[in-house]
Amino acid sequence: MPAKRAKQTGNSKQQVVIEINGTKYSYEVEPRLLLVHFIREYAGLTGTHIGCDTTNCGACTILMEFDGKWKAIKSCTYFAVQANGKRILTIEGLAKGDQLHPLQKAFWENHGLQCGYCTPGMIMAAAGFLMMNPNPTEEEVRHGISGNLCRCTGYVNIVKSILAAAEEIRSSGKPVIEV
Amino acid sequence: MIPRKFEYFAPTTVAQAVSLLRKYKDEAKILSGGMSLIPMMKLRLVSPQYVIDINNIKSLNYIKDSGRVVRIGALVRHADIEHSPVIREKFPMMVDAAAHIADMQVRNLGTFVGALAHADPAADWPASALALDAELVAQGSSKRIIKATKFFKGPFETALKPTELLVEALLPVPKGPKLGQAYLKFERKAGDYAIVGVASSVVLNENNEFEKVALALTAVNPFPFRATDAEQLLIGQKPSKELIEQAAKTAASMSDPSSDLRGSAEYKKEMARVFTRRSLNKALERAGVAL
Repeated sequence: MPAKRAKQTGNSKQQVVIEINGTKYSYEVEPRLLLVHFIREYAGLTGTHIGCDTTNCGACTILMEFDGKWKAIKSCTYFAVQANGKRILTIEGLAKGDQLHPLQKAFWENHGLQCGYCTPGMIMAAAGFLMMNPNPTEEEVRHGISGNLCRCTGYVNIVKSILAAAEEIRSSGKPVIEV
Repeated sequence: MIPRKFEYFAPTTVAQAVSLLRKYKDEAKILSGGMSLIPMMKLRLVSPQYVIDINNIKSLNYIKDSGRVVRIGALVRHADIEHSPVIREKFPMMVDAAAHIADMQVRNLGTFVGALAHADPAADWPASALALDAELVAQGSSKRIIKATKFFKGPFETALKPTELLVEALLPVPKGPKLGQAYLKFERKAGDYAIVGVASSVVLNENNEFEKVALALTAVNPFPFRATDAEQLLIGQKPSKELIEQAAKTAASMSDPSSDLRGSAEYKKEMARVFTRRSLNKALERAGVAL
């Protein structure tokens, strides 16, 4: 503990309601609580990982709805209070029952993971990317996931997986995510 | 990493946000995209007692094109600029810049106006704001317009008062017979801060002479600057390889980089020359001028 510290206010907790994968979670939280901690520790959804905790690695990537549009963001760089009233989607919300999402299926089939730590963030980032660019080139995929680090360096198969998923999603005629 | 405790406000109007700022002054911080503020709070480099989140002020989210001027509201994200047809048509340098800021997730949240207010000496946006002669609108008890060229005062230091909120940026649309713009960024790895970034905007007349030139450099000085000596050298002249090289040398000689992880001061100065040349060449190419 620092011996001397500036007077800090801000003990007041705030009630937040966040809809994650279709379920509403309502808790009283400190404003400084990060969204990723809300997801993991309050909602108990530990599929969203914390890698670097410094906005670099993308392991904590989730989708959030802004004015009807879903966008990939890093949940370690967002306060839970900011997400009050918002809808978010995490890796747990992608599959429909036993049926894997095309991205999950493609990562499985193309060996798009080694240790698997970056995978949830990689898949959520890929979903956000494919919504903006449904028919990407390999180079565009590489740029699209530049905010996600795989320390096994399994990028070749990750890129292959995303391209395969993009093709499957296009040919199915369905949107990237169905919520 | 957990920030220090703070009190959180989510106003829905500019008036509410400004009254909170006027109440808490420099104990408060404005949260827009949060892509610099939140990491700094997590590292406890800053620990504001009051955080005023402006993301719920829906009236600040617009790109408005009135022909001669384009107005960008405080909540416009890097990704909005990257994908805006208006920006693509009128300010191509901003599309160059937006696409190379950090990564997709950060671009989905970080804002143009917020980045200007943050005034990181290595940030990309200040170069565009300077080269486009942007005017920045600050709202305190009254509204005032600050020229981008008068806005940046030092590293993380601007002309903005603690009781003012930067609400929008006004970008005058360049006019003339031949127009070209570019932003060239030299980065160590994808999504990194620039080693050097050079924004250029050129206007040439019918005789193929430079009528107007704006050159702005970032990351090679305590704060981003206009390379006015290099601009003066070009005005009224016909572009040539030698002239561009001379302008690039002049721009680099105005820089004052510091040595760090991204390179030595000497190296950065050299790269400032190379990237000024390339940026000018790209702008000329887009203006349809062959050298």
